[in-house]
Amino acid sequence: MSLQSLDIHRRSATTTPSPQVRAPASGEVAKLIDVTKCIGCKACQTACMEWNDLRQEPSVNLGVYDNPADLTPDAWTVMRFTEYDNPGTGNLEWLIRKDGCMHCADPGCLKACPSPGAIVQYSNGIVDFQEENCIGCGYCVTGCPFDVPRISKKDNKAYKCTLCSDRVAVGQEPACVKTCPTGAIMFGTKEAMKDQAADRIEDLKERGFDKAGLYDPAGVGGTHVMYVLHHADTPSLYHGLPDKPAISPMVSLWKGVAKPLALLALGAAAVGSFFHYIVKGPLEVSPEAEAKAEADLAAEKAAARREPGAPS
Amino acid sequence: MSHDSQDLPRYPAADRANHWVVVICFVLMATSGLAFFHPAFFPLTALLGGGPWARILHPYIGLVMVAAFALMAARFWRANVVHERDMAWLRKVPKLLEGDEEAMPEQDKYNGGQKLLFWGLVGSLAVLLLSGLPRWRAWWKLDVTLVRAASLAHAVAGAVLIGLIILHVYAAIWTKGSLRAMIRGTVTRAWAWQHHRAWYRKLTGHH
Repeated sequence: MSLQSLDIHRRSATTTPSPQVRAPASGEVAKLIDVTKCIGCKACQTACMEWNDLRQEPSVNLGVYDNPADLTPDAWTVMRFTEYDNPGTGNLEWLIRKDGCMHCADPGCLKACPSPGAIVQYSNGIVDFQEENCIGCGYCVTGCPFDVPRISKKDNKAYKCTLCSDRVAVGQEPACVKTCPTGAIMFGTKEAMKDQAADRIEDLKERGFDKAGLYDPAGVGGTHVMYVLHHADTPSLYHGLPDKPAISPMVSLWKGVAKPLALLALGAAAVGSFFHYIVKGPLEVSPEAEAKAEADLAAEKAAARREPGAPS
Repeated sequence: MSHDSQDLPRYPAADRANHWVVVICFVLMATSGLAFFHPAFFPLTALLGGGPWARILHPYIGLVMVAAFALMAARFWRANVVHERDMAWLRKVPKLLEGDEEAMPEQDKYNGGQKLLFWGLVGSLAVLLLSGLPRWRAWWKLDVTLVRAASLAHAVAGAVLIGLIILHVYAAIWTKGSLRAMIRGTVTRAWAWQHHRAWYRKLTGHH
C-alpha cells in the first residue's frame, strides 16, 4: 500500500533515508488487544476480510474453534483458542488471542527482505508490505519472529495485516477495532494505549489476576500491536505466543555483519588482483622455457628422421 | 586461427563445453545471488528479467550448474588429489606472486593452488546445494529454524565461491597462455614446461 500521506521511517533493502520529514506529532500508533475482554466472536476476522476485500474459504472443523486453522494470504488475522487448565485455581480458562502481525519496532521481515521498498515501516510505526515490489522469495517469513507473513499461491507475493494503514492514513481506526463488540480491541497513540493497558492491568490485578500485564516485547524493540494478558508471565499459554521474541541471531548475522564482511572480502580479492597485475605484471612464458621447448622439439624431429615411422 | 600441431592438448572439446556451461550458470547465479544478498547489487536482478524472474530462475539455474560441475569434477578429481609436493608449492606461493617461478617446485597437470581451488569449489557448491534446497519456497515450506540456518550457510558459501572464482579468473588472466587451454583446448610446450613441468614430461617423454 503506497500512501503519500504516511511518511516512511524505514524501507527494505535501502541504505539511504526515505522521505521522512513529516512525522506524527502525537507519536507512533498502536493497537491494544485486551485478551481478557475477548469473547471469540470473530467479528474482527470478518471486518478484516470485508475492509481488505479478502474472502478466505472456510476451512473444515478441526475440533477447535480456530477457523481457518492458521493465518493465510487471505486471512490476515485469526482467533486462536486455547483451553487452559489453570493448576493454581483449578479453573478451566478459555484463552482467546487475536493473532496477526505485531508491527515490531525492529521488524525481522524488513531486515531480511532483499527487495527495495517491498517492506516499509511508516513513521507512525506501521509495518506494511508493498506487494508490487515483492519478489516472492519468502525471506520475510524467515525473518519474522512471530511466523506471520504468508506467500500467496495465486501471485507469489507476501501478505499480512496492514494495520489498516489506508484507514489510519485518513484518521480512521483499523477495521477490526471499529467492529469489536466488546471493545477488546482499541487503537490510538502508543502512549495512550499503554496508559489504557496500565489501568486495565491494575483492574485485573484487583480481581485476582496478579500476573496480568502488557505484552510489548522489548526483544523486537516493542510492538505496535500489544496484548493485555491475564498471564503475562507466560505468553506462550496463548497458543504459543513467543515468551521472548527476537530476530533470530542467524538472521541478524546473515542480514547484518555478513553483508559488509562479504563485500569487503570480495572487493579486496578483485581490487587486490587488479593491482597485483598492475604492480607485478603478468606471468609470462620465459625465453628459457621457449628455448627448452624448441630444443626438445628439435630432438624429437631428429629422432623421427633417424627412425622413420617410429612413434615419436 | 592457425592450430599448431606441436601444441599440447589440455582440455578436449567435451571438457571445454562442460566448463563454459558452468561459467554461464555461475555468472547468472552470482549476479542474482548477490542481488538477493546486498541491496547494492539488487539492480543485477535485471540480468534475469527483474526481481521475481531472478527469484524463480535462480534455483533452476543452480541445479544445472551443480549438475554440470559434478560432471566436470568427476573427470578432474583424480588429477586434483593433493600430494606433499603441492603443500611445498603452496608454502612458496609468496615467491610466485613476486613473479619468481623458478623457486617453485615442479608441478603436475594442476599446481597446489589449482587443487585447493578445485576442492574449495566442490565444498562450497555442496554447501550451496544443500542449503539452497530447503529455501526453495516454490516447492516446499520447511521448519523456519532450518531455513534460517540454510540462509546463513548459503550466503557464506556463496561469498566463498565468488571469492574463489575471482581468484580463478585472475590466475587465468595473470598467467599468460592459460586461457587458450579452456578456449582452444591446447597450450604451448613452453607454457607447459614452465608451469607444469611434471605434466610436460609425462606428455612429451622429455626430461
